[in-house]
Order: sequence, then structure tokens, then C-alpha cells
Amino acid sequence: MNAAPLYGLILAGGASSRMQRDKAALQYQGRSQLDRAFELAGRHVAKVFVSVRADQLHDPVRSAKPMIVDSVAGDGPIVGIRSALAAHRHAAWLVLACDLPFLSDAVLAHLLAERDANALATAYRSASDGLPEPLCAIWEPAAAAALDAYQSGGGRCPRKFLIGHGARLLDPIDKRALDNVNTPQEYARALNELKGAPAGDPMQINIRYFALMREQAGRSEETLETTARTPADLYAELTARYGFTLGEEQLRVAVNSEFSDWSHKLAAGDAIVFLPPVAGG
Amino acid sequence: MRFRLTAATIDGADARRELLDLGAGGYASFEGWVRDHNEGLEVTRLEYEAFEELAVAEGDRIVADALRRYPIKHALCIHRVGVLALGDMAVWVGVSSAHRGEAFDACRFIIDEVKHRVPIWKKEHYRNGDSGWVNCERCATAPQHAHTHA
Repeated sequence: MNAAPLYGLILAGGASSRMQRDKAALQYQGRSQLDRAFELAGRHVAKVFVSVRADQLHDPVRSAKPMIVDSVAGDGPIVGIRSALAAHRHAAWLVLACDLPFLSDAVLAHLLAERDANALATAYRSASDGLPEPLCAIWEPAAAAALDAYQSGGGRCPRKFLIGHGARLLDPIDKRALDNVNTPQEYARALNELKGAPAGDPMQINIRYFALMREQAGRSEETLETTARTPADLYAELTARYGFTLGEEQLRVAVNSEFSDWSHKLAAGDAIVFLPPVAGG
Repeated sequence: MRFRLTAATIDGADARRELLDLGAGGYASFEGWVRDHNEGLEVTRLEYEAFEELAVAEGDRIVADALRRYPIKHALCIHRVGVLALGDMAVWVGVSSAHRGEAFDACRFIIDEVKHRVPIWKKEHYRNGDSGWVNCERCATAPQHAHTHA
């Protein structure tokens, strides 16, 4: 039998309680997690969608992308997977969580090459516990009915579903490819590791903090060794460290005491200020 | 310098002297004062904090804009920083011109632009013990697409 055509589904559930902000909008190397996952999947399948709840239809991070809106009851990733299978009944789905910053083309290419279209799914085994990883997996059309029955019977966990339904399981080819990022601390580590060699040498940047930023950073200035190359990178790094509550879209940035922009190329010794919304007068 | 920051009490009578001009038929001024309430909360004092270099540069640009847009003689804006008590003057704007209309218009233009463009932040302290940076704290918890800072 011919394998079903493969589409991509990016799961980007929403407000993350441990991260304290929308995970889909987290930035790596100047791009949001959602954009990175989209581009990555797009290099391996014909068409990519983002899974959204009905209340996220107008969310600015998501609404620019083709969407699959939840069409079945319940919550969690199983609802997104079932909604995609229901929306395109003849397609199989490469399902990816958006919060896998180390996921690579090689890992996806291997998954696709080893796909078993006669199983309900093809998935990697976790590098830590050997159990299936449902959120970097290919879900076949035949999984729709089985997932329906599983959820009707009270099941909620796609991992347990895969354990019980004979998915084809692959040994990981990259132990950290499926490490996900749930806390500001994990995000800070991932940012650092992703900026290894290609990002260039660290340089010294001076940062001054005012008003709310000063209070949240707990200091009014510092000099930082950073591999950040733009104010946007730097703000992501500092947000991971200090838990700033204001998003980039609410701030302006000044470089060397003049207004600048988020993609300005930083030079060693630059003085940066992130400006929260002003309130003079 | 057409825009100044000061940690001391603003003296409007003194500032006004910088605008005197025999070609001016009059002058208009605006004083912003610390009010005892904001958005339903009782305010007890205010703190203003500025990013001085950029605040002065941007404030100067605003006054220069006003001098280009309106046929006026002179214009000056002074903004307080630090801790202010109720009734204190937080900002002073003065404009002298040949005729009153453009003095009023330019004065209004300057205070409106200053509020939106100059990197100065205001922390309100409330009777109930809370405090908050105006335009920053509440919007941080609101849904992302609902923000406006107009």
C-alpha cells in the first residue's frame, strides 16, 4: 500500500505555567520557537499547520500560519493530533512540539526514512527512559479511530497510547534532540548551547536598567559577556535570567543613548537600554 | 537646551523669564501637578525616573519640532525627577509667541509629545500600600494582543 501523504502539525499549546509566558513566542537566534519549528518541518513535508485552540484563532503569534483548530473535546496534545487527523482524513501527520530547540533536520530525516506506514505511528524512544516520544512522531491516518476509542475510554496520554498500540519505535540518533524546554532556567541553558561556535566569540556589552526593568533585574547596570548579536537575542537571554514580564513588543531599545531597533548589530562595548513604556508628564 | 530635567522644585516664574521677547504678544504655560488619585486608586506620592541622556535628547527634539511647526518665539520644557509629593509640579511647559493661538497650540503639542516619547517613567505609590510603574505593570499581565500605549 502507498503511504499516506505527510503533513506537519506544530503543537504550540499556549501559556506555559512553568515558563510563565507563551512558549511559542520564545526566541532563539532571533526567531520564535514556532517559526523555527515551522521552517524545520517545512523542509521535510509538503504543508505545515499550527495546532490551535478555538480561543487562539486571533493570537498574533499563531494566526499568520495555516491552522488546525481543535475540533474534538478535551485538552492536551491528544486533542490537537485528533483534530488534525479529522481535518485531513487521508493524510499522515508529522507531529512536533514547538519546544524542542535541539531538534535537527537529521533527526527528522531519519524518522521519515524509518517510517512504517502500516503501524499507527512511528516514533523515537526517549533517550532517558526508552518510552515513545509522541510529540516528534509520525501519526498515520489509521490512528484516528484508535485515538478516538482511546480517548472515549478515558485515555488522555498520547505516550501511553503509543505504548499500548504497537507503534514502530526508533532508537534515538541524537540523545538531546528531544530535550524540551519548560522553565526559564532550561531556556537560558538552551540559548547558551545553541549559540556555540557559529555565533562567534563572546563580547562585552553594557546594559543599564530603568524603572520596572531595574527592579526586575535587581540592578541598575551590568557588563555582560554575551554571544548575543542583536538586542533581540540579548533581551531573550536576559529574560531567561531575570524573568522580565514585559515582552519585546512592549519595549523600545536604545543603543549608545539613541533609539535603535531589535535587529541592530551589536558591537563590543555597546551600551544597551531596554525602555519600558514611558509615562512622563 | 530647550528641555531640562531637574531634581529640584520647578520655579515657573523663573523659567518664564527665559521666554521673554519684545516681539512676543504673550505666553502660554502648562503645569503638570501630582494628583491624589489615578484610575480609582488613592495616590500618596510619585517617583519619576529618567534615562537622562536620551530623555534630554528626545525632549530637545520635541521642542525643536514645536519651533518648526508653529510660528512661536521661544519654548521650554522642564521635567522633575525623583520623589514628588501631592501637589508638586512634575512638569512645566512655556511658549511665547506673537499671538496667543500658536502659544496654546505649541504648548499642548509639547506636553503631549513629551508624555509619549521621552524615556521618563512614573511610579505611583498608593494609599493601600501598593505601588506600580504606570503603563508597565498592568499591561504585563494582560493578553498580548490587548496592549495599547496610545
